[in-house]
Amino acid sequence: MSIQVRNVSKRFGSFQALDDVSLDVDSGALTALLGPSGSGKSTLLRIIAGLEQPDSGEILLEGADATSAPPQQRGVGFVFQHYAAFKHMTVRNNIAFGLKIRKRTRGEIRARVDELLELVQLQGFGDRYPAQLSGGQRQRMALARALAPEPTVLLLDEPFGALDARVRSELRVWLRRLHDETHTTTVFVTHDQEEAMDVADRVVVMNQGRIEQVDAPRALYDAPANEFVMGFVGRASRFGDGWVRPHDLEVVPEPDDGTREGQVLRVVHLGFEVRAELVGDDGEPFSVQLTRDQAEELELEPGQIVFVRPSRTRAFA
Amino acid sequence: MPRTWRTYAVRFTALGYLLVVLVAPLSMLFWRVWVEGIDKAWAAITDPDTIHAFKITLILCAIAVPLNTVFGIVCGLAIVRRRFPGKGLVNAFVDLPLALSPVVVGFSLYLLYGRTGWFGPWFTEHGIQVLFALPAMVLATIFVSVPFVAREVVPTLREVGNEQEQAAYTLGASSWQTFWRVTLPSIRWAVIYGVVVTTARCLGEYGAVAIVSGNISGKTETATLRVQDYYENLDQAGAYGVALMLCVLAIAVLVVMTKLKPKEGVA
Repeated sequence: MSIQVRNVSKRFGSFQALDDVSLDVDSGALTALLGPSGSGKSTLLRIIAGLEQPDSGEILLEGADATSAPPQQRGVGFVFQHYAAFKHMTVRNNIAFGLKIRKRTRGEIRARVDELLELVQLQGFGDRYPAQLSGGQRQRMALARALAPEPTVLLLDEPFGALDARVRSELRVWLRRLHDETHTTTVFVTHDQEEAMDVADRVVVMNQGRIEQVDAPRALYDAPANEFVMGFVGRASRFGDGWVRPHDLEVVPEPDDGTREGQVLRVVHLGFEVRAELVGDDGEPFSVQLTRDQAEELELEPGQIVFVRPSRTRAFA
Repeated sequence: MPRTWRTYAVRFTALGYLLVVLVAPLSMLFWRVWVEGIDKAWAAITDPDTIHAFKITLILCAIAVPLNTVFGIVCGLAIVRRRFPGKGLVNAFVDLPLALSPVVVGFSLYLLYGRTGWFGPWFTEHGIQVLFALPAMVLATIFVSVPFVAREVVPTLREVGNEQEQAAYTLGASSWQTFWRVTLPSIRWAVIYGVVVTTARCLGEYGAVAIVSGNISGKTETATLRVQDYYENLDQAGAYGVALMLCVLAIAVLVVMTKLKPKEGVA
């Protein structure tokens, strides 16, 4: 189901959560709403779900105006950051909830719940209570619950935000695979740019209640629309009049044309790569990404004076 | 080992306090019933007027507890989940009966439904006896037991939050379905606890009911008033017997509550 957001604004007291936001999400797409906290991404998702009413603007689902439709009638599945598990129900009853509301027959419900338990790899956990599951298991249960009534849109609000790094990356892969199998229109909110780039076909970058850019992950990285996107999607440092990515800087021991002087503050070893934090002669900090071999060859140490040459910089008007 | 010493001191003080304040008077009651003769106490308990008094007490409970349970849940939901003008006032008013002496409650009802009160003349005209009859006693009992369910439900509703309810909405459940299937089950222990405390309060109510009931034996006398009645007529054994029955009822309520308490981890 396609989603259209038309000139939506929302205010909470004196805080402008959304400021005249418009967005089109195509049917079957996997879209990420990416932004720092307070950027309005969760509010936008909740307005699409009908859990929040916009002050002005419209929401169209499959071309039809759904602005004043209650969440019950929108055909959306919603997954919350903190799972919102029904604590007094078993996993099986949690997943069956939407089906029972729709008065499906017992046999149908049993078959669908079994299917979903398998899909989210919780076979054998059906009779447990949410309190007896790990965070990752609870979130998979919440996903199965949202998917049970076969929603036309799946909305996820920071779905992996409360999980540890390893479970998070496992679930990312899993969500991508799930989408490739079901092709349900999916929108998820995240503040983690890596997560957005990893999972989504399209990323909507939001800041201070506005949309900064909508693009495919690669285009976002290679052609950011402005300084905010440049700085938020991937690492970037201010360099003279423009911006530069850490891997677009080369460290050389001697100065020549187009090099700048910098002092090494810190050398961080990140396994296969090394990141050097430097401060330029203009006092601006920046970082450089090197391979291990390069770093060893240069014998980088804190306090050392080096020279850097950018291979690509980007300036914004 | 100063730590062990301190632990024992704390335990001794706590237990000693309970012993002096709670256990001693109750034991005395049991002891007196025993000394005065169980047959005399039994005679008082099986006296038709006493049985009638317990019946009245149970009727008052049967009306006040369900009403205050429904009110407490609705009121708790309104305080926690809704925004409306005067919310702070409602929140404060719910607690009023905790602060107000029951005697004052009884006296205000007496004035309100009396011959010169706002409501009294209307009821008299329509031939409905409010004061010195069951209606006033019900009103008094309801008044003093209003806060307990709401007070239990409010913090639990806050703690549970409204995400589960929102999840239910997105899964297609109406507000009514969400209330029965999600909200009520998630606050059920608070409600049960509130009901038990409300019941206990209704069983023990004395002051407000004493003023509005007229205290007519076999007619408008509750169990607590019956104790007072025996005591004033110097029938000590009778007073002990009825008091003991009230005690047993209170203990039964407590036992029910302990049995109902949720098991850890599966709440």
